[in-house]
Amino acid sequence: MTVLDNPEQLNDLRLSVLEHLNNRRANQAVVLIGMGTCGIAAGASEVAEAMRKELAQRNLNVKVIGVGCIGMCVKEPLVDIQLPGRPRVTYANVKTDMVPHLVEEHLVNGQIVKKLALAQMVEDGIQPEQELDTYQNLPFYRKQLRIAMRNCGMINPEDILEYIAADGYQGLAKALTSMEPDDVIEEMKDSGLRGRGGAGFLTGVKWEFCRRARGTPKYVICNADEGDPGAFMDRSILEGDPHAVIEGMTIAGYAIGARDGYIYCRAEYPLAIQRLEKAICQAHEYGLLGENILGTGFSFDLHLKEGAGAFVCGEETALIASIEGKRGEPRPRPPFPAVSGLWGKPSNVNNVKSYSLTPQIILNGADWFSKIGTEKSTGTAVFALTGKIKNTGLIEVPMGITLREIIYDVGGGMPRNKRFKAVQTGGPLGGCLPESALDTPVDFDSLTQAGATMGSGGMIVVDQDTCMVEFARYFLTFASAESCGKCVPCRIGGQRLLEVLTRIAEGKGRPEDLNEIEYISTQMQQASLCALGQLTPGPVMASLRFFREEYEAHIRDHFCQAGVCKGMFQYEIDEVKCPGCGLCLKACTSNAIIGEKKQPHVINQVNCIQCGACYEVCNLGAIHISPRVVPLVEVEEAVD
Amino acid sequence: MSDDALDLAPIESILDAFKQEKGAVIPILQQVQEIYGYLPKEALAAISKKAGIPITRLYGVATFYAQFRLTRRGRHLVKVCDGTACHVRGATKIVAGLEEALNVSPGGSDPDYKYSLEIVYCLGSCGLAPIAVVDDKVYGKTDADSLVEQIKQLP
Repeated sequence: MTVLDNPEQLNDLRLSVLEHLNNRRANQAVVLIGMGTCGIAAGASEVAEAMRKELAQRNLNVKVIGVGCIGMCVKEPLVDIQLPGRPRVTYANVKTDMVPHLVEEHLVNGQIVKKLALAQMVEDGIQPEQELDTYQNLPFYRKQLRIAMRNCGMINPEDILEYIAADGYQGLAKALTSMEPDDVIEEMKDSGLRGRGGAGFLTGVKWEFCRRARGTPKYVICNADEGDPGAFMDRSILEGDPHAVIEGMTIAGYAIGARDGYIYCRAEYPLAIQRLEKAICQAHEYGLLGENILGTGFSFDLHLKEGAGAFVCGEETALIASIEGKRGEPRPRPPFPAVSGLWGKPSNVNNVKSYSLTPQIILNGADWFSKIGTEKSTGTAVFALTGKIKNTGLIEVPMGITLREIIYDVGGGMPRNKRFKAVQTGGPLGGCLPESALDTPVDFDSLTQAGATMGSGGMIVVDQDTCMVEFARYFLTFASAESCGKCVPCRIGGQRLLEVLTRIAEGKGRPEDLNEIEYISTQMQQASLCALGQLTPGPVMASLRFFREEYEAHIRDHFCQAGVCKGMFQYEIDEVKCPGCGLCLKACTSNAIIGEKKQPHVINQVNCIQCGACYEVCNLGAIHISPRVVPLVEVEEAVD
Repeated sequence: MSDDALDLAPIESILDAFKQEKGAVIPILQQVQEIYGYLPKEALAAISKKAGIPITRLYGVATFYAQFRLTRRGRHLVKVCDGTACHVRGATKIVAGLEEALNVSPGGSDPDYKYSLEIVYCLGSCGLAPIAVVDDKVYGKTDADSLVEQIKQLP
């Protein structure tokens, strides 16, 4: 245990760890395995086990390191192999049975297994491998710029020394030794950093409010209650680079004059919690948390609080109530937490990404940061890119990049040549945008203006097979179930909206329903207590605005063009396109498809249960969705 | 285990550990649930009595958060994610398949208390959608049939 008494010792430690790592780099082979939640779910633990076994059997002196998530979720498990003096090469989708071959060829014979290798990392002073793509050249990475996630997948998150070697805690040292708290706040304001939780309020201004607020003690709180379905940015940062968040919070503590900080992390992220606990413990050991940090007289402690599964706790006043051990119900603001927060004391609440960007801003300066991105939205944005997209993953891009660039260049477009339909940003409280909005630059103001929101970073792409009515209904089901019930507009408005949408999705919509949706939505937006209620109608409003004809088709024609809403469409085979390959006939479980080999097939609508199996297997696009001749709802009415 | 045989001793040590901490109701309930698998009425009564927290407040907190359960749970907990990414990739079909094969409805257990089924929103592994978690093991890119097969093999 080495308690660092001053910044010079921190710097000496950094240099000696760097030297150690460089030595290791030159003399020992290293295997790095992506061990985020997603990697582990894809089988990374088994792969790591197989790797250790194989290395032991062959008596090879190779270091195996678990790293965080590098963001290429679709390629997990990822295994990187680095021979002394040669570049780090990434293998994708590694299965346990591939391990012996990789060890034999790459580690023993020094030959890269080209057909399994994805790319190599370019490093100074190391000769790149021939005929192997570089990371910088991969479409997935070419347009990315990593600041908040710079260490994710690069360092071992469970080893503080690796973080220190990567300039870790240098921002804190700089703030504590050469800046007054007010300077730190000015720097943050100048950087233009806006809150990455979604609201986009200037972080520096928020800190200033809290610093100026009367009352002690003050608290720093990190909102790691990442509840949006389809979002995992904060989880990856906490798992892949926990010290960056700790350092950012400590800087915030210095700036606003706090002695204690709380990280409120959702319980669904056990690995993030475990890594945070370990990181906090290590920071204490090195004197980077606790009493008299780096001998500067500044003291700061961090406490970890686990959530218990309530989406509304992502709202800051609800989050504070939850830390206090109460039901996580929001309260009206003002007073804002900066004035009266945790235990009634001034408190500063920021998102994980805001804190993880902070050390870099302090270290490299506001000028450096504000030159990235756009004038009013500086820096980078982190997105969890998911849904119907080829390169599912975690990305960090400069603000101002267009949605089209993210979806088609970084994301690689739709799988199976499907047609793009919409992109949802901001999760269940955001909104969707159609194809015509794809050239919208991604920044706080442009997205809001276009009809969606920045949100905290979920980006879900849907294709022609997603019904926008059902999609909106899905978000509403989520948001209304998560309403805490404290205020009437949210509690009852959400339920009423859900009833209307359910009715439409079941083919029982009424002509006046669209007006009804708009009426309820407006009421909720204007009268709800917190952002949850105000934003719950967002996805419905956006999809109604951009996909009104789909709603109308559901109500008027009882037709769901995406083939999702039961009883509101039928599959048909295009006899011109159908070569009679028989794939659909085999897939059909209800004997609804008839046809001779090499002759166009036909669907018997009486037997068809609309399971979609034929539609899924047809590679030629010969099966299409058309309105039911007699909509199911009319059949039911006739029976009644 | 029937409720009258409930061993309340562990509650004491949990409460002791949190004695100094302000606002520790949630972690206390979390740890108690960890022991019993749910929050038995007797356990809530014991916490209330020993820690001097009104049982209505404990009940209020326990019913507010999705994590807490007031009824007994099956031996194996099956969580199916219906987060957005999983939803658009077929989570609904998985739930329907499990309901049928295991004779259990979401939020409940089968009559033999072998399985409990829960629908959760986003476990943060959207890249592997659709996913399910059985006990602590994650199944990515899964479907109803293969999941049922795995689950049926459990003791």
